[in-house]
Amino acid sequence: MSEIKQTTVEVRLPSRMGFEKVAMSTAAAVAKLMGFPEDRVEDLKTAVAEACINAIEHGNRLNEKLSAGVVLSASVDSLEVKVIDDGKGMSKQQAKPDIDRKMHGEEDPRGMGMFLIQALVDEAEWVAGSAGKSSYVRLVIRLDKEA
Amino acid sequence: MQSETKSRVDQLTSPAGHPVSVLRFEGDIASTSKEAVLGAYQALPKGTVKLILLDFSKVDYINSSGIALVIQLLMEANNSGQKVYAFGLSAHFTKVFTMVGITKYAGLFPSQAEAIAAL
Repeated sequence: MSEIKQTTVEVRLPSRMGFEKVAMSTAAAVAKLMGFPEDRVEDLKTAVAEACINAIEHGNRLNEKLSAGVVLSASVDSLEVKVIDDGKGMSKQQAKPDIDRKMHGEEDPRGMGMFLIQALVDEAEWVAGSAGKSSYVRLVIRLDKEA
Repeated sequence: MQSETKSRVDQLTSPAGHPVSVLRFEGDIASTSKEAVLGAYQALPKGTVKLILLDFSKVDYINSSGIALVIQLLMEANNSGQKVYAFGLSAHFTKVFTMVGITKYAGLFPSQAEAIAAL
């Protein structure tokens, strides 16, 4: 993709579990075209999938009348992914999962999505939309990131 | 949209002579995989099965809901005095399992042969 300095790819997903894989595959294809190494592509796939699951499940509350938007913006040295839903946005950051607390039933075994996103990309921010609409998570991975 | 999770159980014996129940998964491991993951585990007789090996070699996609099912399996196994090991995870999911702390409760091996040899 070296001849293309900047480009944008957009996908709209129905709010149905499983369709996060469409965004995941699209993001992986764009990242591969940009020259990201395989391990970073895998990081991005998981982060994008988790962001879409949050949008579908928590943002749009599995309402199939709503869709989740995924906007991939490729530049020379980075790929930005915005996942947009019709929810109110994330009110607070998730704590790092504590496996001991989970194993002892003191913490929900679920609830690792935000942690994985933050751990696997170079930048992650959650932005609440105005009037409870169009909230989004913005992810960035950079090409110069050491594996 | 998610590929159905299939699971089956094989009974092996380690070189040290210990019986090992191998739970083999195939497909995606996600929120829809409860029966294939927890159901398959819960069908194992707790009185006699003490070593469990999870085979992820035919799993392409695991999301956080799927990881939560694995943690629930580990929790039940821990409470039943069973030891759980796993093999066949890609390098990426080995990293993810390590990040969330699963390796504290389940030893990971690259292959079935290496896992069985260590049990």
